[in-house]
Amino acid sequence: MTTTVYVPRDSAALSVGAEAVAEAIVAGARAGGHDVQVVRNGSRGMLWLEPLVEVATANGRIAYGPVAPGDVEGLFAAGFLRGGDHALCHGPTDKIPYFAQQTRLTFARVGVTDPLSLEHYRAHGGLVGLQRAITMAPAAIVDEVVQSGLRGRGGAGFPAGIKWRTVLGASADQKYIACNADEGDSGTFSDRMVMEGDPYLLLEGMAIAGLAVGATEGWIYLRSEYPDARVALVTAIQRARAAGWLGDDVLGSGRQFDVQLRIGAGSYICGEETAMLESLEGKRGMVRPKPPLPALAGLWGKPTVVNNVMTLAAAPWILQHGGAAYAAHGVGRSKGTLPFQLAGNVKHGGLVEVPFGITLRELLHDFGGGTASGRKIRAVQVGGPLGAYLPASRFDLPLDYEPFAAAGGMIGHGGIVVFDDTVDMAKMARYAMEFCAIESCGKCTPCRIGSTRGKEVIDRIVAGERREANVALLQDLCTTMKDTSLCAMGGLTPLPVLSALEHFPEDFAR
Amino acid sequence: MYSNKVQDFGTPARPAAKSVALQIDGQPVTVPAGTSVLRAAALAGVNIPKLCATDSLEAFGSCRLCLVEVEGRRGFPASCTTHCEPGMKVRTQSRKLADLRRGVMELYISDHPLDCLTCPANGNCELQDMAGVTGLREVRYGYAGENHLAAPKDESNPYFTFDPTKCIVCSRCVRACDEIQGTFALTVQGRGFGSTIAAGPTNFLDSECVSCGACVQACPTSTLMEKSIVDQGQPDHAVDTTCAYCGVGCAFRAEMKGSEVVRMVPHKDGKANHGHSCIKGRFAWGYATHPDRVNTPMIRSKITDPWREVSWDEAIAYAASEIKRIQARYGKDSVGGITSSRCTNEETYLVQKLVRAGFGNNNVDTCARVCHSPTGYGLKTTLGESAGTQDFDSVEHTDCMIVIGANPTDGHPVFASRMKQRLRAGATLIVIDPRRIDLVRTPHVAADFHLPLKPGTNVAVLNAMAHVIVTEGLAREGYVRERCEVDQYEKWKTFIASPKNSPEALEAECGVPAASLRGAARLFAKAGNGAIYYGLGVTEHSQGSTTVMAIANLAMVTGNIGRPGVGVNPLRGQNNVQGSCDMGSFPHELPGYRHVGDAGVRELFATTWGVPIQDEPGLRIPNMFDAAIDGSFKGLYVQGEDIAQSDPDTKHVQKALESLECLIVQDIFLCETAKYAHVLLPGSSFLEKDGTFTNAERRISRVRKVMPPLAGMADWEVTVALSRALGYPMHYDHPSQVMDEIALLTPTFTGVSYDKIDRLGSIQWPCNDAAPDGTPVMHEQEFVRGKGRFVVTEYVATPERTTRKFPLILTTGRILSQYNVGAQTRRTENKVWHDADVLEIHPHDAEQRGITHGEMVSLQSRKGETTLRAVVTERMQPGVVYTTFHHPESGVNVVTTENSDWATNCPEYKVTAVQVVAHAKKSEWQRGFDSFASQQEGLLPKTAVRGDVR
Ligand SMILES: Cc1cc2nc3c(=O)[nH]c(=O)nc-3n(C[C@H](O)[C@H](O)[C@H](O)COP(=O)(O)O)c2cc1C
Ligand code: SF4
Ligand code: SF4
Ligand code: SF4
Ligand code: SF4
Ligand code: FES
Repeated sequence: MTTTVYVPRDSAALSVGAEAVAEAIVAGARAGGHDVQVVRNGSRGMLWLEPLVEVATANGRIAYGPVAPGDVEGLFAAGFLRGGDHALCHGPTDKIPYFAQQTRLTFARVGVTDPLSLEHYRAHGGLVGLQRAITMAPAAIVDEVVQSGLRGRGGAGFPAGIKWRTVLGASADQKYIACNADEGDSGTFSDRMVMEGDPYLLLEGMAIAGLAVGATEGWIYLRSEYPDARVALVTAIQRARAAGWLGDDVLGSGRQFDVQLRIGAGSYICGEETAMLESLEGKRGMVRPKPPLPALAGLWGKPTVVNNVMTLAAAPWILQHGGAAYAAHGVGRSKGTLPFQLAGNVKHGGLVEVPFGITLRELLHDFGGGTASGRKIRAVQVGGPLGAYLPASRFDLPLDYEPFAAAGGMIGHGGIVVFDDTVDMAKMARYAMEFCAIESCGKCTPCRIGSTRGKEVIDRIVAGERREANVALLQDLCTTMKDTSLCAMGGLTPLPVLSALEHFPEDFAR
Repeated sequence: MYSNKVQDFGTPARPAAKSVALQIDGQPVTVPAGTSVLRAAALAGVNIPKLCATDSLEAFGSCRLCLVEVEGRRGFPASCTTHCEPGMKVRTQSRKLADLRRGVMELYISDHPLDCLTCPANGNCELQDMAGVTGLREVRYGYAGENHLAAPKDESNPYFTFDPTKCIVCSRCVRACDEIQGTFALTVQGRGFGSTIAAGPTNFLDSECVSCGACVQACPTSTLMEKSIVDQGQPDHAVDTTCAYCGVGCAFRAEMKGSEVVRMVPHKDGKANHGHSCIKGRFAWGYATHPDRVNTPMIRSKITDPWREVSWDEAIAYAASEIKRIQARYGKDSVGGITSSRCTNEETYLVQKLVRAGFGNNNVDTCARVCHSPTGYGLKTTLGESAGTQDFDSVEHTDCMIVIGANPTDGHPVFASRMKQRLRAGATLIVIDPRRIDLVRTPHVAADFHLPLKPGTNVAVLNAMAHVIVTEGLAREGYVRERCEVDQYEKWKTFIASPKNSPEALEAECGVPAASLRGAARLFAKAGNGAIYYGLGVTEHSQGSTTVMAIANLAMVTGNIGRPGVGVNPLRGQNNVQGSCDMGSFPHELPGYRHVGDAGVRELFATTWGVPIQDEPGLRIPNMFDAAIDGSFKGLYVQGEDIAQSDPDTKHVQKALESLECLIVQDIFLCETAKYAHVLLPGSSFLEKDGTFTNAERRISRVRKVMPPLAGMADWEVTVALSRALGYPMHYDHPSQVMDEIALLTPTFTGVSYDKIDRLGSIQWPCNDAAPDGTPVMHEQEFVRGKGRFVVTEYVATPERTTRKFPLILTTGRILSQYNVGAQTRRTENKVWHDADVLEIHPHDAEQRGITHGEMVSLQSRKGETTLRAVVTERMQPGVVYTTFHHPESGVNVVTTENSDWATNCPEYKVTAVQVVAHAKKSEWQRGFDSFASQQEGLLPKTAVRGDVR
């Protein structure tokens, strides 16, 4: 009987040697005369266990990891093909607490299936949402998404259904779905994991959005540093077209929807939606003023849904199970689940999809297991490079958009970067300004010049030059940037700076 | 930038039917929907600080000074990018807003040199103004931080500097280049603090920049600054006037210091140009005070005699006595005059009046003979009026444009920018031209069809397109039957539908694949509003008039005349081609295109002028030359035209000029023609006189005197003096009185007066009781002639055929930086772009002849030969070569032939069979030209003028 062995093709796994492990398993099987089929799946998101090899057994899939090529011989010897015990064995994957405690809606298939297999996709519940959407009136699809309470996962958390409704209501000869896959936030990788691990999910989500708003063309704007995701998407788009999932007659519905892929310009600001639209149009990635909203005048001036990968990837589940089922998860006005990403100095980094409402402490300790260095956590930055630095005193905050924002935080794309007590927070504040000075699109003055001045003022504060006056100047500058910047890049850069200054003043007065 | 005395509303006007009422600082304001809060405030007299916004560009939202508070909204929206909404309550001033604006200003100034007092923009700088308005008193960041103060200046453009140390990266320049000019030469390079403005990889001169100056005008600081301002300082007053170059007729503000021009800035309210201009109008005005200007009258009895400087009185008396002597000896008809399309309407009117009333004959013609005479003939015949049917603004409503025989980006640059704006917004484009002109492919514009026809086959192409329209049922029968002469239409239809006019039958002849002809015809016929724009590539052919009528046919059969967005639009070459034709410069027509054979019209003029008018048409220019050579024509008064350079078959022209007993030339330079003259009367430039020009859209605009005539007399005064000396006194104290007389005598001008032009800015004729404010679009209800007339346009190949000896076709044209014979532009820094005429040739033809790029080659026709530098380029099609005629020593017209339009004698400049031979030295003609030039140089008084030497 053929034994199926799963070795991830996810780039996080590849970066720690998954390719060689897969080869070693193939070689070992041949040498030992074992009938083995190696399936290259996505990642389960337990990054410290990568390469995580799984074997399908009668007792479910048994996990081994992290596996080095040198371990393979021993694994064969231990009978891993039958789930045999070994030092690297973690038992059934589903039972690993890190995994078991999650609520995987969006990531349900990621790591489970062969990402590019159309059959796997269908066999694991794929396309049900799209099929249902086909039977519905556009407004009904939009209503379902509104009801789900799904909010944008790219940063701002704007209700996706409301955005879709605006685009649906706009009349135009052409509308677009633009998927923001620029994933520029430090320590984030959930978009990439879906695109590499379950690309049809994104395509299905985009098709649903297309049906919902009357768009026939979708564009994916993919971060240039994601070559593996690119390959996965290119293949997935080709196969989906060939299978009639995309194209002139989506699933035989007579409706049209196709997807194009565009590689990003390699700059952080191109993740900002209007700069992304400019870049998609082949121009320099510069932020556009709003209004007009992209929903009314987006790509090439046409009504456009701009959504993050995670937002669109949530749609199939919502259509499959209903908006109410999705809204049953979460708290307050933060409905459903969020795939959090633990990174930085953390012991168990990886992807954690859980309903909103979980606290930072639970994420950091119950999932993350504290720092990798074993030292105390001093600060975390949530929501990417523009997110606030939070001290331990804030770790009991529930991750729920409004209360979290009220406490000065930002959930953003769900990235959480952990720092231990060796971190110099003045340096981190300076870094925030520097990042802005380098990455800003340069369009507006407060951000373009202010970020450089901010860096200089922090240097003077740290050097003890007229400290009080310079701290006041830094605060004034942050106010100017916050209140006058055209987009959130300049507008939010003060967040990490001021939070560092507020919570860790001692680092500025060493 | 504009002088800061000109109000800037921040964002462009939004013409909208709906209006919106809101409150700004408690004051009720009502504006058209879509208007920005910034503009609404400015309209209400509330000036919100701004730097990146200007009313010629779409809002951008970069400076963040224009922030306001809106009741019920969070944050501080930028008023330039925020549209007015009903009931909005806007606050433009508050403690908080003041702090924010000062905060932004403080950042700007932390990266700006502190040399305001010695800065060329001092006194006219928006950054300075905003520092003042925001009350910035201190830059707490200091000046030691990272900055751009060491960035090197780019002085490569001869007219303006780029000093990046002063740049505030507002992108106004980039946006002006993109949105207004459509060249896309500028970019913002880098990101974040490193963002800088860049023109191409190295500098402005080596970039795509066409030096239109839109960026300079848009720049709020001294970063992009006219060198004239750097040298001379800011102006103290300004006078509104009109460009004296091409037929676009851009309105300008001449910014002055005393009687010295320091800068020309296109006028925002100019209806032809809406604040835009090209390199020529904006920058190339230095010729007006060039040392080569002729400022003293001169006379001589033979052209081999030295010139003698004399007083005005003596010169005029001598000229008059010569005319009288010649008329006494050879008869009344032995003299004539040539009016200029570069002079004002009033001057042109006076010259033809002088000829008709003072000389007593009809021997008056104009340089339009050699450019747009077929337009006059063709459009009069088909539509009833010798003029374009539209205004320029009409293009805003065009869905499909045909550009045939015109190269707007070079010849009519400001209108080309308008076209490009419309094309970028989605209109389709069909280019019919032997060359791949720039419009075929420029940034964000691509022609849907380029039909690279063989020169001389315009009629074949237009007939083939009409054939497709008629035979495929695309004709607007309803329109045609209602508006046109039906029997004539039926006749034409039978003709055009015949198989000989099918694309398949004509493709070999015209060199355009039948499929393209069909595709283009369908595209044009099916587009909502189709407009046809054409230039000298249509008229300067043996079938010039036929082509104009074929164009009119095409427009009528597709229902494309009589409303905005459509029409037949001749792009006029020189500034006043339309006007000089209107003013009765043709030998057969009195002002307003009325035939001298019409007794009633003659009577009207005879009564007003107090002399009888001859009833037979006089001589056309080529007839004058022939008559001069055969000895019956002996005296000629030429105002402001250089026939020796611009007319075809130079050797013939030279011979004719040499045969004259008295040639009176009135010009601002010692031009080629002047070298054959006996009397040289100094001309005055457009800066030195009052008058009007009429542009390609029939728009009459004022030319205003900003400085006294250098030689003491304006051109119109000289004609008046000459007339008086001839015994026919004219009584005018000011050109406005000339216009009053024109209005009195010309039905299409009845309502025109200087007062009204001052009031309205400009007027498009017809302007009379029926249309007191003028007529932007003609033939709206019915054609001027009643019913439109289809004319059968049989294609007849030009007699000029290629042969074994002359296997190539030469076609001629012009380029952006030079104007016509170049007398003006060659005396400016424009020569940086074009210091010699070159011969463009396709690589294939070059290779066959062993010609390499940049070498001197001989261009030979049955008429003569000349030597030019070869430029090998794929812009040409094989078999066709191209050159310009901006430099006299190029001798291009030595090569062109005597062939001309069958109806009007307009020369066939566009088709000459030639051979090109590698490795050439100067031709015999050129050597003769050189020695004649140096001989004439030697005959000049030592103190005074210099001739037109290289
Ligand atoms: C500086 C900046 C960078 C951003 N980068 C990203 C990004 O990489 N990916 C993303 O999805 N959204 C990013 N955003 C958010 C987008 O502007 C936009 O809100 C989002 O794509 C909308 O999709 P959503 O509603 O599905 O979140 C960024 C925003 C800013 C201001
Ligand atoms: S805030 Fe920064 S990134 Fe955003 S528009 Fe302004 S300069 Fe560009
Ligand atoms: S001068 Fe004109 S073409 Fe040149 S960069 Fe400026 S706007 Fe563009
Ligand atoms: S050159 Fe002038 S217009 Fe252009 S960005 Fe700099 S300051 Fe603005
Ligand atoms: S030459 Fe023509 S386009 Fe240029 S400024 Fe003068 S009128 Fe305008
Ligand atoms: S004027 Fe509005 S942002 Fe500059």
